[in-house]
Amino acid sequence: MSIHTQTIAQLAQGLKDKEFSSVELTQHYLKRIQQSDLNAFITVTDELAMAQAQAADEKIAKGAGSILTGIPYAHKDIFCTQGVKTSAGSKMLDNFIAPYDATVSHQLNQADTVMLGKVNMDEFAMGSSNENSFYGAVKNPWNTDKIPGGSSGGSAAAVAGGLSCFATGTDTGGSIRQPASLCGITGLKPTYGRVSRYGMIAYASSLDQAGPMTKTAEDAAIVLNAMAGFDEKDSTSAEQAVPDYTANLNDSVKGLTIGLPKEFFSEGLDDEVATQVMNAVKEFEAMGATVKEISLPNSAYAIPTYYIVAPCECSSNLSRLDGVRYGYRCDNPKDLEDLYLRSRSEGFGAEVKRRIMIGAYALSAGYYDAYYLKAQKTRHLISEDFKKAFNEVDVIMGPVSPTTAFDLGSVKDPVSMYLADIYTLSANLAGLPGMSIPAGFSNKLPVGLQLIGNYWSESKLLNIAHQFQLQTNWHQQMPQEN
Amino acid sequence: MEWETVIGLEIHAQLSTKSKIFSSASTEFGQAPNSQACAVDLGLPGVLPVLNVEAVNKAIKFGLAVNAHINQRNIFDRKNYFYPDLPKGYQISQMDLPIVGEGEIEITVGDNTKVVGVTRAHLEEDAGKSVHDMFNEYTAVDLNRAGTPLLEIVSEPDMRSAKEAVAYAKKIHALVQYIGICDGNMQEGSFRCDANVSLRPMGQEKLGTRAELKNINSFKFLERAINLEVERQQDILEEGGQVVQETRLYDAVKHETRSMRSKEEANDYRYFPDPDLLPVEITDELMALIKSSLPELPVEKKARFIAELGLNEYDADVLTSQKSLADYFEIMLKNNQDNAKLCANWVMGELSAMLNKNQLEIEQSLVSAQDLSQLIVRIGDDTISGKIAKDVFKAMWEGEGSADQIIESKGLKQMTDTGAIEAIVDEIIANNSPQVEQFKSGNEKILGFFVGQAMKVTQGKANPKLLNQLLRDKLS
Repeated sequence: MSIHTQTIAQLAQGLKDKEFSSVELTQHYLKRIQQSDLNAFITVTDELAMAQAQAADEKIAKGAGSILTGIPYAHKDIFCTQGVKTSAGSKMLDNFIAPYDATVSHQLNQADTVMLGKVNMDEFAMGSSNENSFYGAVKNPWNTDKIPGGSSGGSAAAVAGGLSCFATGTDTGGSIRQPASLCGITGLKPTYGRVSRYGMIAYASSLDQAGPMTKTAEDAAIVLNAMAGFDEKDSTSAEQAVPDYTANLNDSVKGLTIGLPKEFFSEGLDDEVATQVMNAVKEFEAMGATVKEISLPNSAYAIPTYYIVAPCECSSNLSRLDGVRYGYRCDNPKDLEDLYLRSRSEGFGAEVKRRIMIGAYALSAGYYDAYYLKAQKTRHLISEDFKKAFNEVDVIMGPVSPTTAFDLGSVKDPVSMYLADIYTLSANLAGLPGMSIPAGFSNKLPVGLQLIGNYWSESKLLNIAHQFQLQTNWHQQMPQEN
Repeated sequence: MEWETVIGLEIHAQLSTKSKIFSSASTEFGQAPNSQACAVDLGLPGVLPVLNVEAVNKAIKFGLAVNAHINQRNIFDRKNYFYPDLPKGYQISQMDLPIVGEGEIEITVGDNTKVVGVTRAHLEEDAGKSVHDMFNEYTAVDLNRAGTPLLEIVSEPDMRSAKEAVAYAKKIHALVQYIGICDGNMQEGSFRCDANVSLRPMGQEKLGTRAELKNINSFKFLERAINLEVERQQDILEEGGQVVQETRLYDAVKHETRSMRSKEEANDYRYFPDPDLLPVEITDELMALIKSSLPELPVEKKARFIAELGLNEYDADVLTSQKSLADYFEIMLKNNQDNAKLCANWVMGELSAMLNKNQLEIEQSLVSAQDLSQLIVRIGDDTISGKIAKDVFKAMWEGEGSADQIIESKGLKQMTDTGAIEAIVDEIIANNSPQVEQFKSGNEKILGFFVGQAMKVTQGKANPKLLNQLLRDKLS
């Protein structure tokens, strides 16, 4: 078994048993990154990684450290990392060396992990294909003509392609779950407020949530243990106790009630994807779960609601990128207005500009009530649907994405691209935790199963996912390497 | 046509918290540029605001002090616009649900007392400062002030003259210092006034088009700027023209207002609730706690001065018009419980005159309240007369020492020895027989002559009461 196919739990054991050192492990990954043509990394922090690995080895030698000590990971380039370029996939921040650590970066440092580098993403997390990156598209390790999904495409490709043991991701409308699904890995978007957003470059503040992207549910639990928790620097983080997410992995799913929203299995869902998802559901039935059809009647409004709320927030969140204090500044501005106009026109990519414009329009005088306020109301209705559903069921299951990974460059119309998020947006709008776990293949491309749980039910979701992974081996599949 | 002036004020009071409203950076004034701005104040990517509870408490304090409705659930919004001294590209403020709702405050102009409505007061962060005159063609930005907590206090358009507007502004100014939420320093910009001014034909209900006057940093300028604007608008209206809704900048040097931007050029601020901040929830317990911690308010203090100290309405009003003045007066009272009126007279008379002459605020007085109170004690116990006390006060002002030291060193102690004064009186009577005759024939006024003579001999130190008594006894 090669080292890069191993899970955190396996590597931690190997490190403890001195089968290999963190330095060796890190060198192995760095070499694979160097040889990779997936374009998953924006910045490879090899020197830092080696120093961290060395420190981890010293700790391990003393019998100290945690399960994550010395484990290499890939950090989405949306998290500020002190002294390391933090670009958010944008030309705007191509020259930005963060002077401080995001809380998540800090937590992972505290856990003695080894950061291999910063991974590619759609610019400011806006996109579903990772094609909106200033640093170019990321390729799907299963088929390099395909997109890896987005916006955490670099994270998903790095894990699936064996370039990193795990990765961090952020999910505003599906950006962890969708690329996890399309790359055949496990991704968890926690409840809104579970993980601190401090230092995570904001796209849409009320929707953004960071989470782990891993090979297995067990690994996701291990990483979430390190990431989760109240942060006094983030007012929207919850003062909710953090359980040990690995504690309940082995609970039985017997008696579990699974809700299948009929709206998630309607027009637009690829037949093959539907089949794989239903096969996965049958697997749960075989384990003693019962299935119930439910309805989320307002989920039809998820796309229009999301594409008002997120652009409104981003239009304001991205205002600080004005060419004045840091980031890209146009050459020879002739006056202040020119500085603003050209710095932002030249620094932002097309999709970012599109969303800023949509947001600024929707918030402007005379349109606010019709768009922003209306969207807030439908957002509330969408949450209410889930509330009712969770009175009847323990978990909601469905597809993550209507199709498997599509060809790079094939979706040119932004609205068609937006439709790729149809099953993932609702969980963000409601603030609920959601997961994607590998559930099969269609045309040699991974298909993910989505799990949506009630608020703060991450333990339960991880337990359900882990039980599925004990019964199946979809998560153990690795792409063929040349 | 006769015109009625309508004025509403927007006051920005900088709340005197140690750290900023959404970050832990210090709010200290006058530090090296950009030395008081942390990652949050700089608006770096990824940073988040965390509300400083102290700013909320201070806003509540203000609300309670003006009998306002406190919105126990209030919300922060983003006011979006681009400017180099606004690091995030938006200001965090409160739009739809401000922390303080409707309240009121009483003002007095001359003999007239009226109630001015406070529409609302909301919390917001200050912007940084653009410095235009330091680096040739470049504008520099200092973000030390960015994120300083402000309470914007908006009045109803209830004022009808510049004098009323000034009275209102002074009342608010005094109040925020009384309750300890703002240092009131107008030069440093801790307390800023914008005035909305419009005219309408007398008797008309509908408000005229207003202009907003900005950049006013003293009460004197507030009065001047408003009067200037009233004249300007009146000229326009009387020539049949129309006032344009705009923001006008007051230039104290040129004594003029000039247009900054018109309504058409005004920004669409695209307000929306800040998703980084949760709604502020204020518990009943916190309200009660803050209420109980409120100090004596000016209006309460004034009533007490009248009822307990026997001061008249005017004196009580003047002495409570500034916290520093009231504090000074009350320190003096400690040693002069029975001489409140004398203390009041001294603060409002000699002391005020001296401060005015030297263009000093009471906080800068060269004679402390403690020292002045000792002087009053010496008047009260007949050590010196009120007249001598004025000379002693001047000497104290010049730094010649305490009241007692000066009285001692200059030998100003009043003569209270009856025998000694009697001897002097006898001598004066003996030497001035024509005047004695006049007195005896009924000219009461001539008594002053004898007093004058005696004071001359004693260098003013004879106890006036005793002297008068002795003169009358001897002359009759």
